[in-house]
Amino acid sequence: MTEVIFAILTIALLLYVILGGADFGGGILELFTRGKASEVVSRAIAPVWEANHVWLILVIVILFVGFPPVYSTVLTTLHIPILLALIGIIFRGSAFTFRHYDIQEETPNKIYSSMFRYSSLFTTLFLGVSVGGIILGEISTDYSKGFYEIYIHPWFNLFSFSIGIFLIILFAFLANIYTLVEIKDEKEVDRFARLAKYMIAALVVAGGVVFAAAEINGHHLFLEFLQSPVSIVFVVLATLALPILWKNLKRNRQNLLRLVAGFQTTMIVGGWFAIQFPILVNLKDAPDITLQNSKAPEQVQFYMLIALVVGVLIILPYIGYLYKVFKFSTVSEPPQNANKDSGEM
Amino acid sequence: MDEFMAARWQMGVSLGFHIIFACIGMVMPWFMFVSEWKWVKTNNPVYLDLAKAWAKGVAIFFAVGAVSGTVLSFELGMLWPTFMEHAGPIFGLPFSWEGTAFFVEAIALGLWLYGWGRLSKKVHLYTGLVVGIAGVMSGVFVISANAWMNAPAGFDWVNGQAENIDPVAAMFNRAWFHQTHHMTIAAFSATGFAVAGVHALLYMKTKYDIHARAIKIALAFAAVAAILQPLSGDHAAKMVAKLQPAKLAAFESHFETTTRAPLVIGGIPDVEERKLNHAIKIPGALSFLAQGDFNAEVQGLEEFPRDEWPPVMFTHFSFQLMVAIGMFLALLGVIFLIGTFKYKHWLTKKWWLILLVIATPLGYLAVEAGWMVTEVGRQPWIIYGIMKTRDSLTPMPGIQYTFYVIAAIYLMLTFIVIWLFSRQIKMLHLKYRSND
Ligand code: HDD
Ligand code: HEM
Ligand code: HEM
Repeated sequence: MTEVIFAILTIALLLYVILGGADFGGGILELFTRGKASEVVSRAIAPVWEANHVWLILVIVILFVGFPPVYSTVLTTLHIPILLALIGIIFRGSAFTFRHYDIQEETPNKIYSSMFRYSSLFTTLFLGVSVGGIILGEISTDYSKGFYEIYIHPWFNLFSFSIGIFLIILFAFLANIYTLVEIKDEKEVDRFARLAKYMIAALVVAGGVVFAAAEINGHHLFLEFLQSPVSIVFVVLATLALPILWKNLKRNRQNLLRLVAGFQTTMIVGGWFAIQFPILVNLKDAPDITLQNSKAPEQVQFYMLIALVVGVLIILPYIGYLYKVFKFSTVSEPPQNANKDSGEM
Repeated sequence: MDEFMAARWQMGVSLGFHIIFACIGMVMPWFMFVSEWKWVKTNNPVYLDLAKAWAKGVAIFFAVGAVSGTVLSFELGMLWPTFMEHAGPIFGLPFSWEGTAFFVEAIALGLWLYGWGRLSKKVHLYTGLVVGIAGVMSGVFVISANAWMNAPAGFDWVNGQAENIDPVAAMFNRAWFHQTHHMTIAAFSATGFAVAGVHALLYMKTKYDIHARAIKIALAFAAVAAILQPLSGDHAAKMVAKLQPAKLAAFESHFETTTRAPLVIGGIPDVEERKLNHAIKIPGALSFLAQGDFNAEVQGLEEFPRDEWPPVMFTHFSFQLMVAIGMFLALLGVIFLIGTFKYKHWLTKKWWLILLVIATPLGYLAVEAGWMVTEVGRQPWIIYGIMKTRDSLTPMPGIQYTFYVIAAIYLMLTFIVIWLFSRQIKMLHLKYRSND
């Protein structure tokens, strides 16, 4: 039962990375391209971002109900980077909505746009840093040590920030692929296809940096990686998918591109989980928090599982419908500017 | 400010901020549904305009509700990790269901807001209803979690650990029912009067038909809710008398255990002297309200150790404020119903519109006051009778600073949202002026 719940947790996290990540990436992409992509990004994100970010909430709920020590330990020791990410989430969500719904005027619009872009970058960075902190194993639960030791050191290091940067590139890459699919103009397609290639290159480099940074910070990630056949397979598959992606960038094979990018992300997250499993949080001076030693009692898991399964059965078809209406519909040319035309919200 | 106070303030500010948007998120979809339904029925384009105008405002509120809610689900653990570690598995069941409700709501909202012209008329209409139902469901789930903090159930507390956890019993704890009906009704009443008040102000200025119709839809819900509210509140008070006598004693400033206890109106509690000054007292009424018998005994604060008293002054004033507003809004509700069925001309009179404008913020004020009664009145407990709030505080120092940051952000967002809202109204009026 614990494994099933953990599987749902993994899937929720994965969907958050793929779907929510593309939303974050939209903001980052806008930043990188100085607003070039903003129209497409807005149109693509607007109907789905609320639904996409509920995956994060689901992850949190599963953690505090099913694996409470994970929730309490992580939120205590990584309080600072998580708070920073939350501040980013506040600014991002509100700026995006304000931009979409406020009267279209130049100055406020510019402010919303830059708030949206910078907070997308900022939030992603600190989400990544927090994940880095969880993996690295410098978290200590001996709260009598100093402030720096407990609350700063576990995440303020090269490794955590390298994860943050990796995540930024990954999210921007996902957004780039989704955007590419939406663009009709030939010249723009070229432009974004080129950008996607740069990002793939950057992603490979950043991945290398993550492993190097791990070594520098004393965490032998590469060794662990070599010892985990599943993650080797995953990374190989992710790499093998690269040429397919590369080749098809310019040809307008919409669903294939999306699929491959989603697949690669799945492999990356899967690879990470395979290395970690069954450890959930690496601790410094105490036994690590694992699936087994942190799980809630049977009874609790049982009822949560029912709620999750019923929930998934309701949600998945419904979400599929949402995507069908907005992402894959043939009438995907709504009026350019939502606010000038009262016929369209 | 010490760490502990800062954490409590941060929690209070974050929740007090979120609840406004949550109320709007629960109630506005119903108003929009009715408006759209009337449009489908009558083909009068004013109703379509109204639904769309509301939707634009609501989309902004929704987004702020969603981000502030997301912050909350982390904050619980960032501020009260010990509490969450023990309570999470016990009161987590409603949260697990709430996840589904959030999802359904967010998906339906996306479809509704952006689906004009893409969904068929009928599907679109009922999608709006789905948003409303899912919103109310999420409210009910999260409140049953909160109710569990007031009336812990579904576990045995053995040496500081929970054993034999029964999540279902925890979810349907004894405070579950009164808190959910009272809160749901409150959301409708508060949001209804707020909407009616804003449109009343605009109607006085412009006389546009759209505002008159908006007032009607909002008040149809709000009037019924406001009249039910005192009944529902009475039930809540009876339950509190049973479950948390110290809370009842605190908000009534009832210091000594007595029979024929008086109901007090107003008054300033003097906690040191253990008396209530300058209050109007209705003999026996509190006994009757709490126990259904004018001569029943009502426990006073003296029954409880001094360090287990909630802040008396604060809960007392909050309770008085809530009840006063409740009575006033119920009166408005009655006037509206009489006006609708008998004296139609009342409802276009200036005095009536002015009353509505006055009522604009009152419902939300009562919601905040009601939550102060509930949450502050539970102190010093975080899980009533089981765990003290102080013992569950995060070990991280410097919460003052995180509190200042969060408070500043929310304050700023409040101003921005108000500003955006006024711009939406201006835009609506521009449209109508050009139509004239
Ligand atoms: C429009 C808002 C509003 C109005 C007019 C009232 N209330 Fe209320 N009240 C709330 C909004 C609210 C609330 C914010 O929704 C609370 C907080 C927790 C809850 O479940 O509801 C609440 C809590 C609350 C509690 C505490 C419940 C607990 O701690 O378990 C009591 C005893 C009352 N109310 C009683 C009343 C009475 C006798 C009213 C008479 C008119 C009244 N309320 C009007
Ligand atoms: C949205 C409406 C709510 C408001 C306005 C509200 C308000 C408050 C306030 C003012 C406090 C501080 C009390 C004090 O320290 O004196 C508080 C504390 C708290 N509330 Fe609520 N609350 C709300 C709903 C909830 C819900 C639904 C939950 C949980 C499911 C919850 C959980 C808590 C917790 C864990 C604390 C901290 C511990 C404590 O101070 O007792 N609250 N809330
Ligand atoms: C009385 C208390 C509360 C009520 C009635 C309430 C109700 C609601 C409603 C109706 C929504 C959806 C509407 C909107 O997005 O504006 C919402 C959003 C949200 N609330 Fe609350 N809430 C309460 C307290 C809390 C607490 C204590 C938490 C965290 C533990 C929380 C977490 C959330 C989250 C994560 C969202 C975003 C969901 C989304 O993205 O759709 N809420 N709340």
